[in-house]
Amino acid sequence: MLKALFADLLPVASHRGWPRVEADAGVWRGIGEALREGKLDLLGLWGDEAAVHCALYEPATRHMSSASIKVSADGKVPSLAVFHAPASRLERAIADLFGFEMVGLPDPRPWLDHGRWAVRSPLAERAPGPEPPRYAFLAAEGPSLHQIPVGPVHAGIIEPGHFRFTASGETVVRLEERLGYTHKGVEKLLCGKTIHEAARLAARVSGDSTVAYGFAFARAVETALDFCPPPRAVWLRAVMAELERIANHLGDIGAICNDAAFSMMHAECAILREETLRTCAVAFGHRLMMDCIVPGGVTAHLASAGHDAILSLAQHLRRQFPELIELYENTASLQDRTVGTGMVTALLAAQFAAAGYVGRASGRAFDTRVCRPYPPYDVEPIDMVGRDEGDVDARVWIRMLEIQRSLDWLEAALASLPNGPTHRPVIAAPTVSVEGTALVEGFRGDVLAYVRIGPDLCIERCHLRDPSWFLWPLLEAAIEGNIVADFPLCNKSFNCSYSGHDL
Amino acid sequence: MRRRLFKNLVTAPSTEPVSEREPEVLEAAGATLRGAIARRLGRSLAIREVDTGSCNACELEIHALSNAFYDVERFGIRFVASPRHADMLLVTGPVTHNMREALERTYAATPAPKWVVAVGDCGAGCGVFANSYACVGAVAKVLPVDLVIRGCPPTPTDLLQGLLWLISDSAARAATDASRP
Repeated sequence: MLKALFADLLPVASHRGWPRVEADAGVWRGIGEALREGKLDLLGLWGDEAAVHCALYEPATRHMSSASIKVSADGKVPSLAVFHAPASRLERAIADLFGFEMVGLPDPRPWLDHGRWAVRSPLAERAPGPEPPRYAFLAAEGPSLHQIPVGPVHAGIIEPGHFRFTASGETVVRLEERLGYTHKGVEKLLCGKTIHEAARLAARVSGDSTVAYGFAFARAVETALDFCPPPRAVWLRAVMAELERIANHLGDIGAICNDAAFSMMHAECAILREETLRTCAVAFGHRLMMDCIVPGGVTAHLASAGHDAILSLAQHLRRQFPELIELYENTASLQDRTVGTGMVTALLAAQFAAAGYVGRASGRAFDTRVCRPYPPYDVEPIDMVGRDEGDVDARVWIRMLEIQRSLDWLEAALASLPNGPTHRPVIAAPTVSVEGTALVEGFRGDVLAYVRIGPDLCIERCHLRDPSWFLWPLLEAAIEGNIVADFPLCNKSFNCSYSGHDL
Repeated sequence: MRRRLFKNLVTAPSTEPVSEREPEVLEAAGATLRGAIARRLGRSLAIREVDTGSCNACELEIHALSNAFYDVERFGIRFVASPRHADMLLVTGPVTHNMREALERTYAATPAPKWVVAVGDCGAGCGVFANSYACVGAVAKVLPVDLVIRGCPPTPTDLLQGLLWLISDSAARAATDASRP
């Protein structure tokens, strides 16, 4: 499909990682139609100075490609959301940040711009347009319907966002999310930064995925510059990524059970999570391993004490965790809450290219480490787990199985860890602007990083796309027809990032 | 489940009175804290956490305060669901413009006496997000801040020590005020 679609187009020479082509309106329309027919997955859609880029994945061949369309002189871009609903929020964000008019966009309401910034279209030097009208929530009308507004400040220790529930009695008829509260202007801040300053920002897009972001950003930079980090650094990055995955899965499995009032599992999982974080601190010097991955390598060498700490953690988890799986399996009152709750159909998961455990629990067989393996997963493969049920229970199961797969992988990786340096300074300065795109599997799903680096080794444009962009809309679908009281359970089983999404 | 419960009954608790890594600090911090809270608030400290645009790393570490190792509740510290039940706001993040009003309204909904603790390098001074069109900046630009706990993110131990410092300090102030003629 990708081949046929881009047959007449030459890839842009400055772009590395996978090909990027410059599309005209006809090809752009072709992309939209292929997305609508489900032949392609949309993995990203972002604005630039005078263009809009998209990243596409073809499940049948596992090929990837990026495509760009030039913005017309009067600031117009044809919308992909006309064909493909998952593009909608991405295009609304592009319109907010760049001031482009996405022609045909079915939902023209602003998304990240709440009308509170001192500037309009902050990423483009454009004259501000008229003030946006008051945000109108979608209507849900009928006898006996009532609305429950929740947030932005939520009851728990979680990130801010607004949920507008419309319920009939206890049953949710419609959930509409309103996000953007944590928008920090990261993409604007990234412009003009050195790659090292930018790496620190990338590591703070979503704290729970700091390793995944560091990894994706470093890979994008290194791809753009055609730079090879030392082998030991490549392996240590993946060791950190698997530790991050284990820690987050442990925390979330406990939290999901806690939302079904089964606090024992929460307490037990929190202990294992804390032990994992303490091991990370011993091995890499930071509990969350923030800033441990940098362009050029990693900052921690992993001394033998750290090496042993990870191995003994793996053994400890292997002893402790199966007992918790058994506890989950044998507690009928818990299963009663998770089985059949918050269904995501395989159709929707495929349409939205649902990332990570949400997709894999609904029959979407995609894991970047398997489908688009990057070093070191090309040498030391990892098994992908999958389920078809698509409910909260299936998402819990995917996470439980992934913890075990990650432990297997960690033990194998630590046994064959190459020696040598862990960092090599990135000094090569390109003569012209170069671009690179990378896709890395975080615990939540695939993180996409695109960078364009100028001759002074500073960032010209950087886009970081969190998997949550495609998961948040599915949460709206998952809760429909469920009772309000099951929302925390569904929400936690997705655990979308607000900060990663709002950026 | 019964087997697990029994096992937990006969094994030592994970809660750390004496930890190899963070020994007396945690316990001593907690013990003094409880005394100070008792003087100022009677029995307990209720905290409402407000994320004003944090990257969520601070939230992860604040969450960790409730795990069995730190078990913050043993010191009388609780996280509550509503600002109306809170004595203290624990504020993270570089206060985005989109969250400013929500933060101000949360503060207004908190009954006096109330304290504000800014958590993390972002809450302290906007962190890596300084000079963004989307951020107001440090929490202190929006609310009167009683204490700053730095770190990116601060560890659970840092958080506990920070809370202790605040409470004992204000208790001392209260004692001084009371002794004035």
